[in-house]
Amino acid sequence: MSGARLLGLAGVVALALVPLLPLGPAQEYIWHVIIQIFLWSFVGNAWSLMGRFGLVSLGHGAFLGVGAYATVLLWNFYGMTPWAGAGLAILITVAFALVVAYPCSRFQVVGHYFGLVTLAVGEVIRLLIVAERDWTGGSLGVTLTTGGTASDWWTLQFADKRVFYYVGLAAWLFGLWVWWRVDRSMARSAMEAIGEDETAAASVGIRVARFKMAITALSAALTALGGALLALYLAYANPDTLAGIGVSLRIVFAVVLGGMYALLGPFVGTALTIALSEYLRIYFGIKLIGIAETIYGLLLIVFIIFLPAGIYGSIAQAARRRLARPSGRLPLRA
Amino acid sequence: MVDPIFLLEAVVNGILLGGVLALLALGLNLIFGVIDIVWIAYVDLVTLCMYGVYFLVSLYGWPLWLAGLAGVGIGALLGVLVHLLIITPILSSPPINQLLATGGLLFFIQSVATLLWSTDHRSVRVSLPTLEVGGIFISFTRLLAFGLAILAMVALYLFLTRTYTGTAIRAVSQDREAIALMGARPQRLYLVTSAVGGAMAGVAGALLIIQYAVHPYFGGAFGPLTFMICVLGGLGNMVGAFAAAFIMAQVISVGGVLVSTEMGYVIAFVIFIVLMFVRPGGIFARRA
Amino acid sequence: MLELHAVTAGYGAFTALWDVSLRVAQGEAVAVVGPNGAGKTTLLRAISGLIAPRAGRIAFEGAELAGRPAYEIVAHGIAHVPEGRRLFPQLTVAENLKMGAFLPSARAHFRESLERVYALFPVLAERPTQRAGSLSGGEQQMLAVGRALMSRPKLILFDEPSMGLAPVMVLRLFDLIRRVREEGYTILVVEQNVRQVLKLVDRAYLLEVGRIKIEGRAAELAEQDFVRQAYVGL
Repeated sequence: MSGARLLGLAGVVALALVPLLPLGPAQEYIWHVIIQIFLWSFVGNAWSLMGRFGLVSLGHGAFLGVGAYATVLLWNFYGMTPWAGAGLAILITVAFALVVAYPCSRFQVVGHYFGLVTLAVGEVIRLLIVAERDWTGGSLGVTLTTGGTASDWWTLQFADKRVFYYVGLAAWLFGLWVWWRVDRSMARSAMEAIGEDETAAASVGIRVARFKMAITALSAALTALGGALLALYLAYANPDTLAGIGVSLRIVFAVVLGGMYALLGPFVGTALTIALSEYLRIYFGIKLIGIAETIYGLLLIVFIIFLPAGIYGSIAQAARRRLARPSGRLPLRA
Repeated sequence: MVDPIFLLEAVVNGILLGGVLALLALGLNLIFGVIDIVWIAYVDLVTLCMYGVYFLVSLYGWPLWLAGLAGVGIGALLGVLVHLLIITPILSSPPINQLLATGGLLFFIQSVATLLWSTDHRSVRVSLPTLEVGGIFISFTRLLAFGLAILAMVALYLFLTRTYTGTAIRAVSQDREAIALMGARPQRLYLVTSAVGGAMAGVAGALLIIQYAVHPYFGGAFGPLTFMICVLGGLGNMVGAFAAAFIMAQVISVGGVLVSTEMGYVIAFVIFIVLMFVRPGGIFARRA
Repeated sequence: MLELHAVTAGYGAFTALWDVSLRVAQGEAVAVVGPNGAGKTTLLRAISGLIAPRAGRIAFEGAELAGRPAYEIVAHGIAHVPEGRRLFPQLTVAENLKMGAFLPSARAHFRESLERVYALFPVLAERPTQRAGSLSGGEQQMLAVGRALMSRPKLILFDEPSMGLAPVMVLRLFDLIRRVREEGYTILVVEQNVRQVLKLVDRAYLLEVGRIKIEGRAAELAEQDFVRQAYVGL
């Protein structure tokens, strides 16, 4: 087994053992933060499946929101257990994604056009959620109807946060696995070709529309799952925290900060942003609402201009270059 | 069913709304058509101008017309700043980076506004009469805003067709090298374009603050709407954007009366998606 | 009037001109001929400022122009009619000509220049509001030349003016350039059509693979060997 794989396995084992550590009185809070990091990194990885190939979506909040709300509402109104409800939510989200992706993929809606369309999609979903306030609760959000703090496998509610730690860890690892598989697949080469020159790619026989829609569907499905998990964990869904421009840009920012083209980029970026926002919340409390996002926005601009590969991505690039120096040849992976 | 009087009123209001939306769409399109970068944060610049006019009137007691003019100036200044600080460094970056940079700006503006001025809705009190024409009520404020918007667009048209700089701006979007051979500096033309685009945002801001309340997320509803209008009209197509603005305004206005305000937007979006299927290059697709 | 001394220029890692020196005296008509890929277009682009030379000097009426940007160089009195015309396709004939007079010094004499251009090219006067992109090849070439004249230049650079034109139009075009020359402008023409251009100019240079190979008076060069060399590069 190669060195990297061994290291990876060791890392996973270490992470699996973390909940057994005694973390003192603040442990509930620490679990909370770590679970958020896992779930949002998962969403970030899902976004970067599209982002790294030039399909920059500024409206992923739509997929997140549909996934979250569908899961919660299916349980609240129809008693469908989230085990099935999440699955149905994913299907709904994918269907929706395909409807939007079809005209975009078939008719070469790329770059700025595409970004604008996704922006519109994201906001409209949020507006829809707010508009249908009778059953979505509007701006106030909707709570998962549960039996209080008791554990219930049926609705994935657990008294002990550590169970959700494993759920989050599993989801995150699953997301990494999917990302890694796509990275190694023909789809990656095809998408990169499409990203460089669609017409040329099509002339070589690459089914451009099909690939684009497949990647979009995959990204949407995973994001929807992330939305469902977040809603289940928090037992609450709110149009501003799980849908709309704000959350869409926050996802994008975290991935860009860490590095869009690296496997662990979204994780690094998400960990940093969540750590930053928690720190700011502790330090400033409710005195300066919006300070975290202000800093994010500023950093996003700065990073895009000066460090487009992100923190982790840049370090990874530099490390690879240093490793390649003895032989004088760069490895082929970007 | 809805009283036909209300429907007629909605149609008229739709036309009045269309005027201001057209202004927004033209400003955005001007910049995209010339510099080839979409300012995702464009409507948030409008928000800042709205705040500007609001504070000049309510804190410093300026007369509205003067504050409005100052708003236009603020817009032009913001346009210049955005171009110099954010756009110029990323002119040759891939579209992803350009989108993310202006997206980051949107994020930044909305958060700074929240930080500085909280999420309170603020409006400028304008006591203008409501006219009654043939049974329907028309707010004079809206009519005034519509008239001024049309005026601003005419001014833009004259600038682009009658002046040397305006014609040069149209030329630089067609052939950058050739216009340099005529003695015009492309970089300077881009700067002027950004200033003009910003000024249009300023005009829009001044016209909007007298009709709507401003808050940090004002760009949330108007932003995607403006983008949909631009895409529908064909990105870069001024005439298309103008027409699309009125069409969308009608959908929202009439939809708002028939169902609800938010659903008006949703219906507009659905129509947008359907039209994307039918005419992906926009209703008035630019011939290559 | 114009003097190039040891100019080396290229694009990125590729060098198109090596150590090129040439002169154009006031009132002269000079041609630079050579096979495809010789570097003729690069030469004009270096003079007009679209690219900056890597080495050498370009002096125009005593002023050093090498490396200066294009919008500055045109202000010194050099107009460039680019390869392929490079008109503004969506602008009208009148607007294209207006852009030609963008320089403040040209704007002051706009009316006068416009009348001159319309007198030289009556076809343009007939359709001032037509989109430049919809003109025929010959009309486009006339508009391109007219546009250059609007900047009130002293030296005019023509880059492959006969390219893409039907043979009948080519004859008319060279006649046109001759008339422009007679108006008093100094001319530097880069051309593939050696036979025709030699009838027009006083002197000519042969440029091959980025270097000047031959220089001489047009009358002397208009014999078989030179023409063959210019086409085939032997």
